[in-house]
Amino acid sequence: MQIPYNEEARPDTGLYNAKLGVWLFLASEVMLFGALFSSLVLLRTGVEYWPHGYEKLNVPLATINTFVLIASSVTMVMAWASLRLNDFKKHRLYLGLTFLCGLGFMVIKAIEYGSKFSHGLYPATDNFYATYFMMTGLHGLHVVGGMVVIAYLLGPGARMWKTEPERFTNRIEVVGLYWHFVDLVWIFLFPILYLL
Amino acid sequence: MSVAEVHPAADEHHGHAEESFWTRYVFSQDHKVIGIQYAITSLFFLLFGFGLMLMMRWQLAYPGKPLAIVPSIGVLGVVWVVFAVLMALDLTLLRKRAKGWALRSILLLAAPVLVVLTLAAAIVNETNAPGGIMLPEFYNQLGAMHGTIMVFLAIVPLAVGAFGNYVVPLQIGAPDMAFPKLNMASYWCYLPGGLVMLASFFVPGGAANSGWTSYPPLSNIATEGQTWWLMGMVLLITSSLLGSVNFITTIFQLRAKGLSFMRLPFFVWTQLVTAFLLLLAFPPLEAAAFMQLMDRVADTSFFMPSGLVVSGEVVDIAGGGSPLLWQHLFWFLAHPEVYVLILPAMGIVAEVIANNTRKPLWGYKAMVYATVFLGFMSFIVWAHHMFLTGMGTTISAFFQTTTMIISVPSVVILTALLMSLWGASIRFNTPMLFALAFLPMFGIGGLTGLPLGLAPSDIHLHDTYYVIGHFHYVVAPGTIFAIFAGIYYWFPKVTGRRMSERLGKLHFWPSLVAINCIFMPMFIQGLAGVSRRLYDGGDQYAHAQPVLEWNEFMSWGAWGLLLAQLPFLFNFFWSIKRGEKVEGNPWQATTLEWAAAPSPPVAHGNFPEVPVVVRGPYEYSPPDADDEYLPQSAAPQAG
Repeated sequence: MQIPYNEEARPDTGLYNAKLGVWLFLASEVMLFGALFSSLVLLRTGVEYWPHGYEKLNVPLATINTFVLIASSVTMVMAWASLRLNDFKKHRLYLGLTFLCGLGFMVIKAIEYGSKFSHGLYPATDNFYATYFMMTGLHGLHVVGGMVVIAYLLGPGARMWKTEPERFTNRIEVVGLYWHFVDLVWIFLFPILYLL
Repeated sequence: MSVAEVHPAADEHHGHAEESFWTRYVFSQDHKVIGIQYAITSLFFLLFGFGLMLMMRWQLAYPGKPLAIVPSIGVLGVVWVVFAVLMALDLTLLRKRAKGWALRSILLLAAPVLVVLTLAAAIVNETNAPGGIMLPEFYNQLGAMHGTIMVFLAIVPLAVGAFGNYVVPLQIGAPDMAFPKLNMASYWCYLPGGLVMLASFFVPGGAANSGWTSYPPLSNIATEGQTWWLMGMVLLITSSLLGSVNFITTIFQLRAKGLSFMRLPFFVWTQLVTAFLLLLAFPPLEAAAFMQLMDRVADTSFFMPSGLVVSGEVVDIAGGGSPLLWQHLFWFLAHPEVYVLILPAMGIVAEVIANNTRKPLWGYKAMVYATVFLGFMSFIVWAHHMFLTGMGTTISAFFQTTTMIISVPSVVILTALLMSLWGASIRFNTPMLFALAFLPMFGIGGLTGLPLGLAPSDIHLHDTYYVIGHFHYVVAPGTIFAIFAGIYYWFPKVTGRRMSERLGKLHFWPSLVAINCIFMPMFIQGLAGVSRRLYDGGDQYAHAQPVLEWNEFMSWGAWGLLLAQLPFLFNFFWSIKRGEKVEGNPWQATTLEWAAAPSPPVAHGNFPEVPVVVRGPYEYSPPDADDEYLPQSAAPQAG
């Protein structure tokens, strides 16, 4: 038994199954983070005092992290484009770089968290830190999830290129869509948490 | 009961001999097996949730009297021994006798009942009910868990996980779901979610006891069971996310050639809209569940206001949070969830009615547009659950207006189904009886909702038994009756045998009477102002006195409803082996699952030949053809 449109796009929808699937998943992720952003607005407007992000958080580190993530999105696209150009070596280079950027992002995040903890600042401190840890933590989990999948596609998952190149390229595209979304969430998180 | 018994032909059509028992029946990726797994698990939870309710109804009818309906552990032990002996006898001595299956069916029907009774006896221990008299805290656990189990573990998994999984790929002519592995993962998130909920009864302080709505700050300071509830919910939300992505992709991508959207059976439409609701409405509750978990585990104050006093002391937290925030996030899910409960039911009823009126559905397109509009509107009505929170008149005017608007598409669908009956020579078989009963029952449930959607009347009726009566009419004689219609209707599809009609009618008529005895008096009590959360059923409240005698009446209705389910359970097991054998299409139906696939369908791939669709879903009694009905997949007529 073969599921139709696993690899090739269905003519009337113009999509293969996994691509539609990941777009739907991202729609639900929009609702998840949307709910958290709305909660932040409600909590912030509901109290008399709410600190500005730049007073409490490390803006330079977060700025570096923003660029690291944007860079990783670029390398992710290159990893996919290299496959379309049939250049597997370059693909591996770019995908490896994407993984390293993700790792770099998480290391910087860990430094940020560590310095907060060492100053005795925890989620329980107040709702500013609670939302900060909650939202960046959930975003961090998404980055780690993406890294796990990328690691798989660099490791055992890469074998599929030999047997089913079209399907492998689809996988990279789908992971890429997810990765760009995680990047995009950060693009919203950064100004709202750190700059406002 | 093993799946092999439900699915006897699985071996015959089997192309993959290397599959083990585990991959075929336990970690199966076949949508049909997963559908059956969902059906069995959620039917068990339906029975368990009903059991919790029976205990509550005892307390309401006879407050302060020891629970007589829960047997002691000793009695249960004896029953289990007798059960084991009979089972052993049945499996050895009586195995070869032709009438042996009747005894086996009785034993099989006794098994889930015994498991539920044993669980009940384990829960009704000395901590929860000293001397068999339940404590108020225990009553609260029962209330919270009855709601949670019925909504998230019984009805939705039945309507979507079981029927959706089994029927949707068949109705669209697909070999399976688009993502079989995700489908398996979805079930294996659902089952642990359910087990976590069950296990929470046995942690210190018992299960969650802050209502199925889990409003903070009460839920934030509640016992450990609430943390288990939240973890169970996260698993269930994950399960439903995986499922909804799968359903939408399947319906968009795997429709057979020629099956355009306006040729989809109405059931598929309802499943499509339902999947969108689950996909987009559940994540906000997931966010809320994370936040409540943080509040409980990491001492944050998302939902904790400043200066909260508990037991005479100010709670030592940062504060500044908003209990209202939870209510918004919760109802943002939970109102669409109402439509998740009712839409698949409408889909089942539409299939059964079209089939048994032998007519096309009246206003199919209007029903489809109404369903889509309903799905959209259900996202902007949620705050009508919150009129009592002190919202401003502008906001409440907005939500009252949207609530009145959303009743229109529901009425459109109900009217179209009623009009479909006009002038038909109706076949009154068991599925049709349940489907027909759905119409007035859902009608009562829906219309009694209107006063709740308007703030002035809602302020009087809020949190009274009127509300309980209203939504139970929608979900119990509404959705559950539709689910029964679906079980009787698609049972031959799954097993190749029809359920007994006589037993089916013995199930239907007493159920219909009993269920109305339970829920109709709730309107009377609610209009009199009796609160829904009274542990003694209003015994000590002056304003409840004139309507107090209804409590016992309603409880007798509940016992009656339990008895009425015994013919169903027997019928269910008995018919698996002894039901009348059927051809591929016993109901002379037009849709693909009957017209193009054998009963049961081919184990891997469903259809012997890939079907091609040439016409709409309900071409019954066509005026210009000789045939009584035209299947969707038949070859185009010559000329």
